[in-house]
Amino acid sequence: MSRAALLLLADGRFPAGGHAHSGGVEAAIAHQAVHDTDSLEAFCRGRLHTTGLTMAGLAAAAAAGVDPLLLDDAADARTPAPALRAVARRLGRQMMRAARATFPSEDLERLAAERPQGAHQPLVLGLAARAAGLTPLDAAHAAAYENAGGPATAAVRLLSLDPLDASGLLARLSSETDAVATAAAQAADRVAAEGIDALPSASSPLLDITGEQHAAWSVRLFAS
Amino acid sequence: MSPAAQLVNDRAALAGALSGAEEPAGHPHGVRATARIHAAYNGRVTTLPQLRSDGPFHLRRMRTDGSSAKVGIIGAMSAPLGGDRLTIDVTAGDRAVLEVTTAAATLALRGPTTAPATYDVRLTAGEHAGLRWLPQPLISAAGSNLRQTYTVELAATARLLLREEQLLGRTDEDPGHLVSRLLVRRAGRPLLDQQTAYGAPEPGWDGPAVLHGHRAVGQLLLVDPEMGTRRDPVLLREGSQDGSAVLTPLAGGPALLATAVAPTSSALRELLDEALAHALRE
Amino acid sequence: MHLDHPVTMPQRHTHSAEPLSADGTRRALRVGLGGPVGSGKTASVAALCRTLRESWSIAVVTNDIYTREDAEYLLREAVLPPERITAVETGACPHTAIRDDISANLEAVEHLEETLHPLDLVLVESGGDNLTATFSKGLVDVQVFVIDVSSGDDIPRKGGPGITTADLLLVNKTDLAPHVGADLATMADDAKRQRGDLPVIFTSLTSDDGIREVADWVTAHLTEWHAKAAV
Repeated sequence: MSRAALLLLADGRFPAGGHAHSGGVEAAIAHQAVHDTDSLEAFCRGRLHTTGLTMAGLAAAAAAGVDPLLLDDAADARTPAPALRAVARRLGRQMMRAARATFPSEDLERLAAERPQGAHQPLVLGLAARAAGLTPLDAAHAAAYENAGGPATAAVRLLSLDPLDASGLLARLSSETDAVATAAAQAADRVAAEGIDALPSASSPLLDITGEQHAAWSVRLFAS
Repeated sequence: MSPAAQLVNDRAALAGALSGAEEPAGHPHGVRATARIHAAYNGRVTTLPQLRSDGPFHLRRMRTDGSSAKVGIIGAMSAPLGGDRLTIDVTAGDRAVLEVTTAAATLALRGPTTAPATYDVRLTAGEHAGLRWLPQPLISAAGSNLRQTYTVELAATARLLLREEQLLGRTDEDPGHLVSRLLVRRAGRPLLDQQTAYGAPEPGWDGPAVLHGHRAVGQLLLVDPEMGTRRDPVLLREGSQDGSAVLTPLAGGPALLATAVAPTSSALRELLDEALAHALRE
Repeated sequence: MHLDHPVTMPQRHTHSAEPLSADGTRRALRVGLGGPVGSGKTASVAALCRTLRESWSIAVVTNDIYTREDAEYLLREAVLPPERITAVETGACPHTAIRDDISANLEAVEHLEETLHPLDLVLVESGGDNLTATFSKGLVDVQVFVIDVSSGDDIPRKGGPGITTADLLLVNKTDLAPHVGADLATMADDAKRQRGDLPVIFTSLTSDDGIREVADWVTAHLTEWHAKAAV
């Protein structure tokens, strides 16, 4: 495996559209639920252990070679809010564009042909990791890291937080991020024996509710 | 062991338990019980060929005014307590119409052990069957540790109404540890799969991304193959301190899911009732 | 974990702004309009649409700082039917969306091309940003940098990637020059020094047909673009 490939894939500068998404923190800020570094850390922690774990599991399973169409259905079942499904597929298309150019592979071409409207982003991330010669655990790490890092970056812009505080909170979350990635990869490892239900489906009621609310706003800075 | 490594182990154990691969050993003092309800259609009305009470679940046939059947579950002892392993298995056969309710809230308490209790609800509805699962809330009392699993199997033409309400802690107490998974398959395909985990030691459960101080959380799932055309999401009470909810169409079939958080059980019920009214609107 | 088959994948020409569509036809010309806040980008887009819409099939992608304001202005002004205007959210970083990570804009442009086929011209308007914001060549074929005289007549002298490299520099609001003490001749000299032979157009959109010269410049590019398609 190439460790540099993992850094490339997990880098916020990887041009896959993530910069325009706040991971729900724009809505949380609007509701005054996130207003400073501490509340942002609590938000990132909650997201990491809910949708972060679920997305990391899907990414790991895709990287492990589980049928991406089955995973796409599993991702739909784990995403009851249509606004968040639309976001996941849009980001999946954008990740697909970047991944096909960066890590061309037959798996990616096949999925792009089978899901022209986009597959859920974590699966595309997982297949990109696979194409780059990375492990399921690597893919889970990239997904888990993005789940906490995305909202942190967005909150720096929205709240004018000190970016050093945001880096500090991500550093404090790093062992939990590792743990989530490991749990996700272990779950992906069980899919062969236990089926797709072995993947985590951790969810958060508020992210579903506010995700749908945010999509209905007429004025917003972030796409989600 | 580092906290992170501990977390990995906890997560792995949890995922194993919920997938049924690695059931936690029941405590020797824990109750093991499996209650069964089987409803069948005899060409005229729905009958109840099997009504098997067990352990804390006392089942009572209730009067209905039509051709459907209704069963009330009456708590015969305090349950679930730590170490208990409880199962309710409900089947509405082809064309049967069944409603199941509980007489009182289900209170999860700390038992003689801190080991988790398991509470598995298995709901199965056959072709053209109708199943309504409308229990009173589940209360996660301080010190309790419960893993609840709903496994729902629906035939392609089955109808379902499921309401699930969770109250985290009795008045002014911290909740216990409550992990629930709701897994719904329709015609063999996944329709909904969600797991929630509240109370210590879950990381971030009460933070701004998950509950943000709300202590009542619930869902209402309506599956109806005759449901009209595409439905738009409905937002209920955005930004309110009294909770909020969203009613959304699921991807995998003719189904609507309401998700609600609220400060109190009454506010939660109001939100879910309101969502149901929207869901039933043509 | 590695590729099972060590074959090289045929490089698909779908990642960025390759001139040919998947079906082999030439796609629409993509023109970027960037520049600082308040310099008249949206007004220029509106004027271009009014002037060119009878002759060409046009669509617009806006990159608002605060979503939809510009798109809604264009809708209100009814310069194009609503299905021809798309807003892209930029996550508070409009320059990122047109330069560093263009995927959301490419999505928007391709969606317009698919739904409005055949399309001749897509105008991509950046969110108002600073003097360093330029469009990626992966997103647009030619770009216009829009400044205005009221923001200071020293802007061309200061330079920056937009001023020096844009295919067209548009200096807007010349009618305000006497009121703000801007020296148009100095601006023209500075622009010439920064840009060499690259064109500069001074305009006032408040005058009748003030956009004409810009529209002609766009038309020349369009004609050339579609002439290549006919070969």
